Amino acid sequence: MPPDRGTMRSGMDQATSLAAVALDDVAITFGPKVGGYTAVRGIDLSVRPGEFVAIVGPTGSGKSTILNAAAGLLKPSAGRVTIFGSDLPGLNLRAGYLFQQDALMPWKTALDNVAVALESKGVSRSDAVQRARDWLGRVGLAAFVDRYPHMLSGGQRKRVALAQVLIRDPEILLMDEPFGPLDAQTRQIMGNLLLSLWAADRKAVMFVTHDLEEAIALADRVVLMSAGPAAGIIGDFPVELPRPRDIAEVRMEPTFHRIHKEIWASLRVEVQKAYSQGENT
Amino acid sequence: MPRLKLTVLQIGVGLIFLLLWHVLTVYPITGTPKQVQFFFSTPLDVLKRCWTLFASGEIWGHLWITLVETILAFLIGAGGGIIFGFLFARKELLAAVFDPYIKAANALPRVVLAPIFALWFGLGIWSKVALGFTLVFFIVFFNVYQGVREVSPVVLANARMLGMNERQLLRHVYWPSALTWVFSSLHTSVGFALVGAVVGEYLGSSAGLGYKIHEAESVFDVTGVFAGMLILSVFVILIDMLVTRIENGFLVWRPQTSLAGRT
Repeated sequence: MPPDRGTMRSGMDQATSLAAVALDDVAITFGPKVGGYTAVRGIDLSVRPGEFVAIVGPTGSGKSTILNAAAGLLKPSAGRVTIFGSDLPGLNLRAGYLFQQDALMPWKTALDNVAVALESKGVSRSDAVQRARDWLGRVGLAAFVDRYPHMLSGGQRKRVALAQVLIRDPEILLMDEPFGPLDAQTRQIMGNLLLSLWAADRKAVMFVTHDLEEAIALADRVVLMSAGPAAGIIGDFPVELPRPRDIAEVRMEPTFHRIHKEIWASLRVEVQKAYSQGENT
Repeated sequence: MPRLKLTVLQIGVGLIFLLLWHVLTVYPITGTPKQVQFFFSTPLDVLKRCWTLFASGEIWGHLWITLVETILAFLIGAGGGIIFGFLFARKELLAAVFDPYIKAANALPRVVLAPIFALWFGLGIWSKVALGFTLVFFIVFFNVYQGVREVSPVVLANARMLGMNERQLLRHVYWPSALTWVFSSLHTSVGFALVGAVVGEYLGSSAGLGYKIHEAESVFDVTGVFAGMLILSVFVILIDMLVTRIENGFLVWRPQTSLAGRT
Protein backbone atom coordinates (compact mmCIF):
# COMPACT_ATOMS: atom_id res chain seq x y z
CA MET A 1 0.00 0.00 0.00
CA PRO A 2 2.30 2.83 -1.17
CA PRO A 3 1.06 6.25 -0.03
CA ASP A 4 0.17 8.92 -2.54
CA ARG A 5 3.50 10.52 -3.32
CA GLY A 6 2.04 13.90 -4.22
CA THR A 7 0.32 14.53 -0.92
CA MET A 8 3.28 13.24 1.02
CA ARG A 9 5.61 15.77 -0.65
CA SER A 10 3.38 18.77 -0.14
CA GLY A 11 2.86 17.81 3.47
CA MET A 12 6.61 17.62 3.86
CA ASP A 13 7.26 21.04 2.35
CA GLN A 14 5.15 22.59 5.05
CA ALA A 15 6.91 20.67 7.73
CA THR A 16 10.45 21.02 6.42
CA SER A 17 11.28 24.13 8.42
CA LEU A 18 9.91 22.49 11.56
CA ALA A 19 11.17 19.00 11.00
CA ALA A 20 13.78 17.74 13.45
CA VAL A 21 15.19 15.52 10.71
CA ALA A 22 14.33 15.82 7.04
CA LEU A 23 15.74 13.64 4.28
CA ASP A 24 14.99 15.04 0.85
CA ASP A 25 15.43 12.71 -2.14
CA VAL A 26 18.46 11.11 -0.48
CA ALA A 27 20.47 8.39 -2.21
CA ILE A 28 23.49 6.61 -0.77
CA THR A 29 25.95 4.68 -2.89
CA PHE A 30 28.89 2.72 -1.51
CA GLY A 31 32.07 2.34 -3.53
CA PRO A 32 32.62 4.05 -6.91
CA LYS A 33 30.02 6.49 -8.23
CA VAL A 34 29.47 4.27 -11.29
CA GLY A 35 29.09 0.57 -10.59
CA GLY A 36 29.03 1.02 -6.83
CA TYR A 37 26.37 -0.48 -4.59
CA THR A 38 23.35 1.79 -4.20
CA ALA A 39 21.89 1.01 -0.81
CA VAL A 40 19.00 3.49 -0.80
CA ARG A 41 17.52 5.86 -3.36
CA GLY A 42 14.86 8.56 -3.42
CA ILE A 43 14.34 8.69 0.33
CA ASP A 44 11.93 11.38 1.50
CA LEU A 45 11.38 11.27 5.21
CA SER A 46 10.75 13.87 7.84
CA VAL A 47 10.49 13.48 11.58
CA ARG A 48 8.73 16.21 13.55
CA PRO A 49 10.02 17.33 16.95
CA GLY A 50 8.56 15.06 19.59
CA GLU A 51 7.63 12.38 17.08
CA PHE A 52 8.63 8.74 17.51
CA VAL A 53 9.19 7.20 14.09
CA ALA A 54 10.07 3.54 13.64
CA ILE A 55 11.72 2.39 10.43
CA VAL A 56 11.01 -1.21 9.52
CA GLY A 57 12.23 -3.27 6.62
CA PRO A 58 13.75 -6.61 5.67
CA THR A 59 17.46 -7.35 6.13
CA GLY A 60 19.64 -5.26 3.83
CA SER A 61 16.95 -2.67 3.15
CA GLY A 62 19.21 0.21 4.14
CA LYS A 63 17.43 1.07 7.39
CA SER A 64 20.68 1.69 9.19
CA THR A 65 22.05 3.51 6.17
CA ILE A 66 19.47 6.28 6.33
CA LEU A 67 19.92 6.47 10.08
CA ASN A 68 23.66 6.98 9.57
CA ALA A 69 22.86 9.68 7.01
CA ALA A 70 20.72 11.45 9.61
CA ALA A 71 23.60 11.10 12.10
CA GLY A 72 26.11 12.53 9.63
CA LEU A 73 28.18 9.35 9.81
CA LEU A 74 27.45 8.80 6.10
CA LYS A 75 27.35 11.51 3.47
CA PRO A 76 24.49 11.12 1.00
CA SER A 77 25.65 10.79 -2.61
CA ALA A 78 22.54 12.71 -3.68
CA GLY A 79 19.82 14.72 -1.96
CA ARG A 80 19.79 16.80 1.22
CA VAL A 81 19.71 16.11 4.91
CA THR A 82 18.43 18.98 7.05
CA ILE A 83 18.27 19.17 10.83
CA PHE A 84 15.73 21.69 12.15
CA GLY A 85 15.79 23.34 8.76
CA SER A 86 19.54 23.76 8.33
CA ASP A 87 21.87 21.62 6.24
CA LEU A 88 23.93 19.00 8.05
CA PRO A 89 27.60 19.96 7.58
CA GLY A 90 29.30 17.01 9.28
CA LEU A 91 28.38 14.96 12.32
CA ASN A 92 24.93 15.64 13.70
CA LEU A 93 25.80 16.70 17.23
CA ARG A 94 22.21 17.64 18.04
CA ALA A 95 21.45 13.94 17.89
CA GLY A 96 22.25 11.06 20.22
CA TYR A 97 22.97 7.70 18.60
CA LEU A 98 22.29 4.36 20.24
CA PHE A 99 24.21 1.64 18.41
CA GLN A 100 23.20 -1.94 17.89
CA GLN A 101 26.63 -3.25 18.89
CA ASP A 102 28.43 -2.60 22.14
CA ALA A 103 29.80 0.89 21.81
CA LEU A 104 30.88 1.56 25.39
CA MET A 105 34.54 2.20 26.04
CA PRO A 106 35.62 -1.10 27.66
CA TRP A 107 38.39 0.62 29.62
CA LYS A 108 36.01 2.91 31.48
CA THR A 109 33.58 2.06 34.26
CA ALA A 110 29.85 2.56 33.70
CA LEU A 111 30.10 5.85 35.59
CA ASP A 112 33.05 7.12 33.55
CA ASN A 113 31.42 6.02 30.30
CA VAL A 114 28.40 8.18 31.09
CA ALA A 115 30.33 11.07 32.63
CA VAL A 116 32.68 11.38 29.68
CA ALA A 117 29.68 12.10 27.44
CA LEU A 118 29.15 15.31 29.41
CA GLU A 119 32.82 16.18 29.77
CA SER A 120 33.07 16.45 26.00
CA LYS A 121 30.42 19.16 26.28
CA GLY A 122 32.66 21.14 28.61
CA VAL A 123 30.95 20.19 31.88
CA SER A 124 33.37 19.97 34.80
CA ARG A 125 34.45 16.54 35.92
CA SER A 126 32.81 16.61 39.35
CA ASP A 127 29.54 17.94 37.97
CA ALA A 128 29.59 15.35 35.17
CA VAL A 129 30.19 12.50 37.62
CA GLN A 130 27.33 13.62 39.83
CA ARG A 131 24.89 13.83 36.93
CA ALA A 132 26.13 10.51 35.52
CA ARG A 133 25.40 8.88 38.86
CA ASP A 134 21.91 10.34 38.72
CA TRP A 135 21.33 9.07 35.18
CA LEU A 136 22.61 5.59 35.98
CA GLY A 137 20.08 5.59 38.82
CA ARG A 138 17.33 6.52 36.40
CA VAL A 139 18.13 3.55 34.16
CA GLY A 140 18.21 1.32 37.22
CA LEU A 141 21.96 0.81 37.54
CA ALA A 142 22.68 2.73 40.75
CA ALA A 143 24.37 -0.33 42.21
CA PHE A 144 26.59 -0.94 39.17
CA VAL A 145 28.30 2.42 38.65
CA ASP A 146 31.79 1.07 39.26
CA ARG A 147 31.50 -1.97 37.01
CA TYR A 148 33.43 -2.25 33.76
CA PRO A 149 31.37 -3.13 30.69
CA HIS A 150 32.55 -6.75 30.59
CA MET A 151 31.15 -7.24 34.12
CA LEU A 152 27.67 -6.17 33.01
CA SER A 153 25.02 -8.16 31.18
CA GLY A 154 23.94 -7.25 27.66
CA GLY A 155 20.83 -5.49 28.95
CA GLN A 156 22.80 -3.58 31.57
CA ARG A 157 25.30 -2.44 28.95
CA LYS A 158 22.39 -1.13 26.87
CA ARG A 159 21.12 0.79 29.89
CA VAL A 160 24.54 2.39 30.31
CA ALA A 161 24.57 3.27 26.61
CA LEU A 162 21.09 4.77 26.94
CA ALA A 163 22.20 6.90 29.90
CA GLN A 164 25.32 7.89 27.97
CA VAL A 165 23.20 9.18 25.08
CA LEU A 166 20.41 10.79 27.12
CA ILE A 167 22.66 12.63 29.59
CA ARG A 168 23.70 14.92 26.73
CA ASP A 169 20.05 15.86 26.33
CA PRO A 170 20.06 15.57 22.54
CA GLU A 171 17.18 17.02 20.55
CA ILE A 172 17.03 13.95 18.34
CA LEU A 173 17.46 10.28 19.23
CA LEU A 174 18.73 7.88 16.59
CA MET A 175 18.50 4.21 17.43
CA ASP A 176 19.83 1.36 15.32
CA GLU A 177 18.15 -1.86 16.46
CA PRO A 178 19.34 -1.00 19.96
CA PHE A 179 17.63 -3.95 21.61
CA GLY A 180 18.37 -6.41 18.81
CA PRO A 181 20.90 -8.57 20.65
CA LEU A 182 18.81 -8.83 23.84
CA ASP A 183 16.46 -11.63 24.86
CA ALA A 184 12.69 -11.15 24.58
CA GLN A 185 11.99 -10.27 28.23
CA THR A 186 14.88 -7.82 28.43
CA ARG A 187 13.69 -6.19 25.21
CA GLN A 188 10.29 -5.55 26.73
CA ILE A 189 11.78 -4.06 29.86
CA MET A 190 14.13 -1.90 27.81
CA GLY A 191 11.26 -0.81 25.56
CA ASN A 192 9.19 0.33 28.53
CA LEU A 193 12.21 2.07 30.04
CA LEU A 194 12.80 3.89 26.77
CA LEU A 195 9.16 4.97 26.53
CA SER A 196 9.06 6.25 30.10
CA LEU A 197 12.30 8.22 29.64
CA TRP A 198 11.08 9.54 26.29
CA ALA A 199 7.72 10.61 27.72
CA ALA A 200 9.49 12.98 30.12
CA ASP A 201 10.69 15.33 27.37
CA ARG A 202 9.55 13.97 24.02
CA LYS A 203 12.47 14.16 21.64
CA ALA A 204 12.30 13.33 17.97
CA VAL A 205 13.15 9.64 17.59
CA MET A 206 14.21 7.57 14.60
CA PHE A 207 14.11 3.94 15.69
CA VAL A 208 15.34 1.28 13.28
CA THR A 209 14.21 -2.29 13.83
CA HIS A 210 13.34 -5.41 11.89
CA ASP A 211 10.76 -6.33 14.53
CA LEU A 212 7.38 -5.04 13.40
CA GLU A 213 5.70 -5.64 16.76
CA GLU A 214 8.36 -3.64 18.56
CA ALA A 215 7.97 -0.85 16.00
CA ILE A 216 4.19 -0.58 16.43
CA ALA A 217 4.36 -0.85 20.21
CA LEU A 218 6.87 2.01 20.47
CA ALA A 219 6.19 4.43 17.63
CA ASP A 220 3.78 7.15 16.53
CA ARG A 221 4.51 6.26 12.92
CA VAL A 222 5.95 3.22 11.20
CA VAL A 223 7.90 3.75 7.99
CA LEU A 224 8.30 0.70 5.79
CA MET A 225 11.29 0.16 3.52
CA SER A 226 11.52 -2.08 0.47
CA ALA A 227 14.10 -4.81 0.01
CA GLY A 228 17.54 -3.64 -1.22
CA PRO A 229 19.49 -2.80 -3.29
CA ALA A 230 18.31 0.74 -4.09
CA ALA A 231 15.69 0.42 -1.37
CA GLY A 232 13.08 3.10 -0.89
CA ILE A 233 10.21 3.96 1.42
CA ILE A 234 7.10 2.10 0.37
CA GLY A 235 4.76 2.81 3.23
CA ASP A 236 4.10 5.24 6.04
CA PHE A 237 1.59 4.12 8.68
CA PRO A 238 0.34 6.18 11.61
CA VAL A 239 -0.04 4.26 14.87
CA GLU A 240 -3.13 5.50 16.67
CA LEU A 241 -2.57 3.86 20.00
CA PRO A 242 -2.99 5.91 23.16
CA ARG A 243 -0.02 6.77 25.37
CA PRO A 244 1.31 5.96 27.87
CA ARG A 245 1.68 2.44 26.57
CA ASP A 246 2.94 -0.77 28.08
CA ILE A 247 4.90 -2.73 25.50
CA ALA A 248 3.50 -6.07 26.59
CA GLU A 249 -0.12 -5.00 27.06
CA VAL A 250 -0.46 -2.85 23.98
CA ARG A 251 -0.03 -5.98 21.89
CA MET A 252 -3.42 -7.23 23.05
CA GLU A 253 -5.29 -4.22 21.68
CA PRO A 254 -7.48 -4.74 18.60
CA THR A 255 -6.05 -1.56 17.03
CA PHE A 256 -2.57 -3.08 17.36
CA HIS A 257 -3.73 -6.16 15.44
CA ARG A 258 -5.36 -4.11 12.72
CA ILE A 259 -2.18 -2.01 12.18
CA HIS A 260 0.04 -5.06 12.37
CA LYS A 261 -2.04 -6.86 9.76
CA GLU A 262 -2.02 -3.86 7.47
CA ILE A 263 1.75 -3.31 7.59
CA TRP A 264 2.61 -7.00 7.52
CA ALA A 265 0.73 -7.40 4.22
CA SER A 266 3.30 -5.07 2.62
CA LEU A 267 6.29 -6.13 4.67
CA ARG A 268 5.82 -9.82 3.91
CA VAL A 269 6.29 -9.22 0.18
CA GLU A 270 9.55 -7.37 0.82
CA VAL A 271 10.83 -9.95 3.26
CA GLN A 272 10.22 -12.67 0.70
CA LYS A 273 12.00 -10.60 -1.96
CA ALA A 274 14.99 -10.06 0.30
CA TYR A 275 15.01 -13.73 1.22
CA SER A 276 14.93 -14.98 -2.38
CA GLN A 277 17.74 -12.55 -3.26
CA GLY A 278 19.74 -13.97 -0.43
CA GLU A 279 19.20 -17.45 -1.81
CA ASN A 280 20.20 -16.47 -5.33
CA THR A 281 23.47 -14.83 -4.44
CA MET B 1 44.77 -28.88 45.31
CA PRO B 2 46.10 -28.59 41.73
CA ARG B 3 48.05 -25.37 42.45
CA LEU B 4 50.17 -27.01 45.12
CA LYS B 5 50.61 -30.11 42.98
CA LEU B 6 51.82 -27.97 40.09
CA THR B 7 54.35 -26.16 42.27
CA VAL B 8 55.66 -29.47 43.63
CA LEU B 9 56.04 -30.84 40.10
CA GLN B 10 57.77 -27.67 38.91
CA ILE B 11 60.28 -27.80 41.76
CA GLY B 12 60.69 -31.52 41.17
CA VAL B 13 61.81 -31.00 37.58
CA GLY B 14 64.44 -28.52 38.75
CA LEU B 15 65.68 -30.84 41.48
CA ILE B 16 65.97 -33.81 39.13
CA PHE B 17 67.94 -31.68 36.68
CA LEU B 18 70.32 -30.50 39.44
CA LEU B 19 70.66 -34.04 40.79
CA LEU B 20 71.55 -35.42 37.35
CA TRP B 21 74.04 -32.62 36.83
CA HIS B 22 75.57 -33.30 40.24
CA VAL B 23 75.80 -37.07 39.81
CA LEU B 24 77.24 -36.87 36.30
CA THR B 25 79.95 -34.37 37.27
CA VAL B 26 80.96 -35.51 40.73
CA TYR B 27 81.11 -39.31 40.21
CA PRO B 28 83.34 -40.91 37.57
CA ILE B 29 80.58 -42.03 35.20
CA THR B 30 81.40 -40.33 31.89
CA GLY B 31 85.06 -39.60 32.65
CA THR B 32 87.32 -38.40 35.42
CA PRO B 33 85.42 -35.85 37.53
CA LYS B 34 88.19 -33.24 37.23
CA GLN B 35 88.00 -33.30 33.44
CA VAL B 36 84.20 -33.27 33.33
CA GLN B 37 84.05 -30.45 35.86
CA PHE B 38 86.31 -28.31 33.69
CA PHE B 39 83.62 -28.36 31.00
CA PHE B 40 80.43 -28.53 33.07
CA SER B 41 81.32 -27.41 36.62
CA THR B 42 79.00 -28.75 39.35
CA PRO B 43 75.75 -27.33 40.72
CA LEU B 44 77.22 -26.93 44.21
CA ASP B 45 80.23 -25.02 42.88
CA VAL B 46 77.94 -22.73 40.91
CA LEU B 47 75.79 -22.05 43.97
CA LYS B 48 78.89 -21.50 46.07
CA ARG B 49 80.19 -19.01 43.50
CA CYS B 50 76.86 -17.16 43.50
CA TRP B 51 77.04 -16.99 47.27
CA THR B 52 80.54 -15.52 47.26
CA LEU B 53 79.57 -13.03 44.58
CA PHE B 54 76.73 -11.75 46.71
CA ALA B 55 78.53 -12.11 50.07
CA SER B 56 81.52 -10.11 48.89
CA GLY B 57 79.10 -7.53 47.51
CA GLU B 58 80.92 -7.63 44.19
CA ILE B 59 77.85 -8.47 42.10
CA TRP B 60 75.59 -5.65 43.32
CA GLY B 61 77.39 -2.99 41.30
CA HIS B 62 77.14 -5.07 38.15
CA LEU B 63 73.45 -5.82 38.74
CA TRP B 64 72.78 -2.13 39.29
CA ILE B 65 74.51 -1.16 36.02
CA THR B 66 72.53 -3.76 34.06
CA LEU B 67 69.28 -2.69 35.72
CA VAL B 68 69.88 0.96 34.93
CA GLU B 69 70.69 0.14 31.30
CA THR B 70 67.58 -2.01 31.01
CA ILE B 71 65.28 0.61 32.50
CA LEU B 72 66.72 3.43 30.40
CA ALA B 73 66.54 1.35 27.21
CA PHE B 74 62.96 0.42 27.98
CA LEU B 75 61.77 3.90 28.89
CA ILE B 76 63.41 5.67 25.97
CA GLY B 77 62.48 2.90 23.53
CA ALA B 78 58.87 2.71 24.71
CA GLY B 79 58.54 6.49 24.72
CA GLY B 80 59.85 6.77 21.19
CA GLY B 81 57.73 3.84 20.04
CA ILE B 82 54.58 5.36 21.51
CA ILE B 83 55.16 8.81 19.99
CA PHE B 84 56.04 7.51 16.54
CA GLY B 85 53.38 4.80 16.66
CA PHE B 86 50.71 7.42 17.31
CA LEU B 87 52.09 9.79 14.72
CA PHE B 88 52.27 7.17 11.98
CA ALA B 89 48.86 5.68 12.77
CA ARG B 90 47.18 9.09 12.59
CA LYS B 91 49.08 10.32 9.51
CA GLU B 92 48.52 7.88 6.66
CA LEU B 93 51.01 9.56 4.31
CA LEU B 94 53.85 9.46 6.84
CA ALA B 95 53.28 5.75 7.40
CA ALA B 96 53.16 5.02 3.68
CA VAL B 97 56.35 6.98 2.91
CA PHE B 98 58.43 5.54 5.74
CA ASP B 99 57.09 2.00 5.53
CA PRO B 100 60.01 0.44 3.57
CA TYR B 101 62.62 2.19 5.73
CA ILE B 102 61.03 1.03 8.95
CA LYS B 103 60.83 -2.52 7.69
CA ALA B 104 64.48 -2.39 6.59
CA ALA B 105 65.62 -0.96 9.91
CA ASN B 106 63.66 -3.55 11.83
CA ALA B 107 65.04 -6.39 9.73
CA LEU B 108 68.63 -5.51 10.63
CA PRO B 109 70.20 -7.86 13.22
CA ARG B 110 71.01 -5.51 16.11
CA VAL B 111 74.23 -7.27 17.12
CA VAL B 112 76.03 -5.73 14.15
CA LEU B 113 75.18 -2.30 15.55
CA ALA B 114 76.88 -2.93 18.90
CA PRO B 115 80.44 -2.00 17.78
CA ILE B 116 79.14 1.12 16.03
CA PHE B 117 77.28 2.19 19.16
CA ALA B 118 80.42 1.54 21.23
CA LEU B 119 82.26 3.82 18.82
CA TRP B 120 79.60 6.54 18.99
CA PHE B 121 78.59 6.43 22.63
CA GLY B 122 81.70 5.00 24.27
CA LEU B 123 82.05 1.91 26.45
CA GLY B 124 79.81 3.24 29.25
CA ILE B 125 76.11 2.57 29.70
CA TRP B 126 74.84 4.66 26.77
CA SER B 127 76.04 2.31 24.05
CA LYS B 128 74.07 -0.49 25.80
CA VAL B 129 71.03 1.73 26.20
CA ALA B 130 71.21 2.48 22.48
CA LEU B 131 71.32 -1.21 21.62
CA GLY B 132 68.34 -1.95 23.89
CA PHE B 133 66.52 1.03 22.41
CA THR B 134 66.74 -0.34 18.86
CA LEU B 135 65.10 -3.54 20.09
CA VAL B 136 62.39 -2.04 22.28
CA PHE B 137 61.48 0.80 19.96
CA PHE B 138 60.23 -1.38 17.13
CA ILE B 139 58.19 -3.72 19.33
CA VAL B 140 56.39 -0.83 21.01
CA PHE B 141 56.13 1.11 17.76
CA PHE B 142 54.38 -1.70 15.89
CA ASN B 143 52.06 -2.42 18.80
CA VAL B 144 50.99 1.19 19.27
CA TYR B 145 50.55 1.58 15.53
CA GLN B 146 48.35 -1.51 15.45
CA GLY B 147 46.49 -0.50 18.59
CA VAL B 148 45.58 2.92 17.28
CA ARG B 149 44.56 1.59 13.88
CA GLU B 150 42.45 -1.22 15.23
CA VAL B 151 40.28 0.75 17.60
CA SER B 152 36.79 -0.68 17.33
CA PRO B 153 34.98 1.41 14.68
CA VAL B 154 31.77 1.27 16.70
CA VAL B 155 33.43 2.59 19.86
CA LEU B 156 35.06 5.29 17.77
CA ALA B 157 31.82 6.28 16.00
CA ASN B 158 30.05 6.36 19.37
CA ALA B 159 32.74 8.57 20.89
CA ARG B 160 32.49 10.95 17.95
CA MET B 161 28.70 11.06 18.22
CA LEU B 162 29.19 11.95 21.89
CA GLY B 163 30.86 15.09 20.66
CA MET B 164 34.51 14.30 21.40
CA ASN B 165 37.07 16.38 19.56
CA GLU B 166 40.37 15.00 18.27
CA ARG B 167 42.18 15.67 21.56
CA GLN B 168 39.47 13.97 23.61
CA LEU B 169 39.39 11.01 21.22
CA LEU B 170 43.13 10.66 21.71
CA ARG B 171 42.76 10.68 25.48
CA HIS B 172 39.62 8.58 25.91
CA VAL B 173 39.77 6.19 22.96
CA TYR B 174 43.07 5.93 21.06
CA TRP B 175 45.39 6.10 24.05
CA PRO B 176 43.66 3.41 26.20
CA SER B 177 43.33 1.18 23.18
CA ALA B 178 46.99 1.56 22.26
CA LEU B 179 47.97 1.04 25.89
CA THR B 180 46.46 -2.43 25.94
CA TRP B 181 48.64 -3.35 23.00
CA VAL B 182 51.71 -1.88 24.67
CA PHE B 183 50.99 -3.90 27.77
CA SER B 184 50.39 -7.08 25.83
CA SER B 185 53.94 -6.67 24.49
CA LEU B 186 55.41 -5.42 27.76
CA HIS B 187 56.97 -8.74 28.72
CA THR B 188 58.63 -9.02 25.34
CA SER B 189 59.87 -5.44 25.27
CA VAL B 190 61.27 -5.48 28.81
CA GLY B 191 62.97 -8.77 27.98
CA PHE B 192 64.49 -7.24 24.88
CA ALA B 193 65.69 -4.20 26.81
CA LEU B 194 67.60 -6.60 29.05
CA VAL B 195 68.93 -8.55 26.07
CA GLY B 196 70.21 -5.30 24.57
CA ALA B 197 71.94 -4.36 27.80
CA VAL B 198 73.56 -7.76 28.39
CA VAL B 199 74.66 -8.28 24.77
CA GLY B 200 76.11 -4.77 24.76
CA GLU B 201 78.03 -5.45 27.97
CA TYR B 202 79.19 -8.77 26.62
CA LEU B 203 80.62 -7.21 23.48
CA GLY B 204 82.51 -4.43 25.19
CA SER B 205 82.30 -2.83 28.60
CA SER B 206 83.79 -2.80 32.06
CA ALA B 207 80.71 -3.44 34.17
CA GLY B 208 77.39 -5.31 34.21
CA LEU B 209 76.22 -8.90 34.17
CA GLY B 210 77.16 -9.38 30.52
CA TYR B 211 80.67 -8.20 31.35
CA LYS B 212 80.93 -10.64 34.27
CA ILE B 213 79.93 -13.56 32.05
CA HIS B 214 82.33 -12.50 29.33
CA GLU B 215 85.14 -12.11 31.85
CA ALA B 216 84.60 -15.64 33.15
CA GLU B 217 84.41 -17.08 29.63
CA SER B 218 87.69 -15.53 28.59
CA VAL B 219 89.56 -17.50 31.28
CA PHE B 220 87.54 -20.72 30.76
CA ASP B 221 85.93 -20.25 34.17
CA VAL B 222 82.84 -22.37 33.47
CA THR B 223 81.64 -22.05 37.07
CA GLY B 224 81.74 -18.28 36.73
CA VAL B 225 79.79 -18.41 33.47
CA PHE B 226 77.07 -20.60 34.94
CA ALA B 227 76.89 -18.47 38.07
CA GLY B 228 76.45 -15.37 35.91
CA MET B 229 73.74 -17.10 33.88
CA LEU B 230 71.93 -18.21 37.03
CA ILE B 231 71.96 -14.71 38.48
CA LEU B 232 70.79 -13.33 35.15
CA SER B 233 67.86 -15.80 35.01
CA VAL B 234 66.69 -14.95 38.52
CA PHE B 235 67.05 -11.27 37.66
CA VAL B 236 64.84 -11.72 34.57
CA ILE B 237 62.19 -13.63 36.53
CA LEU B 238 62.06 -10.88 39.16
CA ILE B 239 61.66 -8.18 36.51
CA ASP B 240 58.97 -10.22 34.78
CA MET B 241 57.03 -10.59 38.04
CA LEU B 242 57.21 -6.83 38.50
CA VAL B 243 55.89 -6.30 34.96
CA THR B 244 52.96 -8.64 35.62
CA ARG B 245 52.03 -6.65 38.72
CA ILE B 246 52.15 -3.35 36.83
CA GLU B 247 50.12 -4.89 34.00
CA ASN B 248 47.38 -6.14 36.33
CA GLY B 249 47.19 -2.72 37.93
CA PHE B 250 46.73 -0.97 34.60
CA LEU B 251 44.37 -3.38 32.88
CA VAL B 252 41.76 -3.91 35.59
CA TRP B 253 39.02 -3.34 33.06
CA ARG B 254 39.94 -6.38 31.00
CA PRO B 255 38.18 -9.71 31.50
CA GLN B 256 40.47 -12.13 33.34
CA THR B 257 40.27 -14.83 30.67
CA SER B 258 41.77 -12.67 27.96
CA LEU B 259 44.45 -11.50 30.38
CA ALA B 260 45.56 -15.06 30.91
CA GLY B 261 45.37 -15.77 27.19
CA ARG B 262 47.65 -12.89 26.26
CA THR B 263 50.65 -13.46 28.45
